[in-house]
Amino acid sequence: MDALIEKLKGQIIEQLNLAEVKPEEINPDSPLFGEGLGLDSIDALELIVLLEKHYGIKIQDPKDGKTIFQSLRTMAEYIKSQGKS
Amino acid sequence: MNTINSYAHIKYNQVSVNGEIVFQSNPSLSLAEFLSEAYKALGVSYPKFHKMDAQCKLGFLCAEFALKETSFLTENDLTKTAIVLSNAASSLETDRIHQHSIDDRSNYFPSPAVFVYTLPNITIGELAIKHKITGENAFFVSEQLDANLLVNYTESLIQSGSEAAIVGWVEVDGANFEAFIFLSEKQKDTNKNAIFKPLNQTSVITIYNQTIWTH
Repeated sequence: MDALIEKLKGQIIEQLNLAEVKPEEINPDSPLFGEGLGLDSIDALELIVLLEKHYGIKIQDPKDGKTIFQSLRTMAEYIKSQGKS
Repeated sequence: MNTINSYAHIKYNQVSVNGEIVFQSNPSLSLAEFLSEAYKALGVSYPKFHKMDAQCKLGFLCAEFALKETSFLTENDLTKTAIVLSNAASSLETDRIHQHSIDDRSNYFPSPAVFVYTLPNITIGELAIKHKITGENAFFVSEQLDANLLVNYTESLIQSGSEAAIVGWVEVDGANFEAFIFLSEKQKDTNKNAIFKPLNQTSVITIYNQTIWTH
């Protein structure tokens, strides 16, 4: 799980152009939206693209996004649960 | 009287403010590299900058350099501050990037973060968000800088309730780029470090041609 979280950190920084954020600054349990990384609605769409592009996962129900993208850890757990890590 | 109190011009990997070059990078740097260097030189921290497309970054930087030594944002009512920008290529550069991302149906991953920049007036939006400016705005597309249009439109906005305006040209088309932004407001005696030129076509053309580029 830790390796996947570290991989996700790099992918998120690249995909979301978080040029001023270092991987070690991202707490895997901090909220991705609102506080924490302070991501916005466009970033949410980018995260959906990231899951599809890198892990072949399509989120079928947009309502699931709220749970999946709660934190880096919940994202990693979701990827694992889909057997795509 | 409406005046031009500060202006910035970015071209040839150089930044000039009120006609004086204040930053220049190696002329061989790409636009992306130059924008990154200019952002560092500006000395502000605005993480959203890195998410912008090249045109917004260019417009953001040019406006920031024009505003930097002025009291424009604190002395004007931002609900009555207008933003009027123009260019020739609209959002063509980002349109190309988006098109490229959807060319290959087997590798079809259009980026929402790219797509949102496929309108030229998003550059105005980025300036408005950064500075909480909620006045009138317009983005014009013309073959070249149309000083007459910009001056007349700004004057008409000021006559109809606007008190100040951020006005100019922000163009990115391939490797060619240029931004020129001036700040116009009603003349005040309190503006520190301000130049005072009347807002008219002659002034705009004069300040546009004022910088002596070094390369």
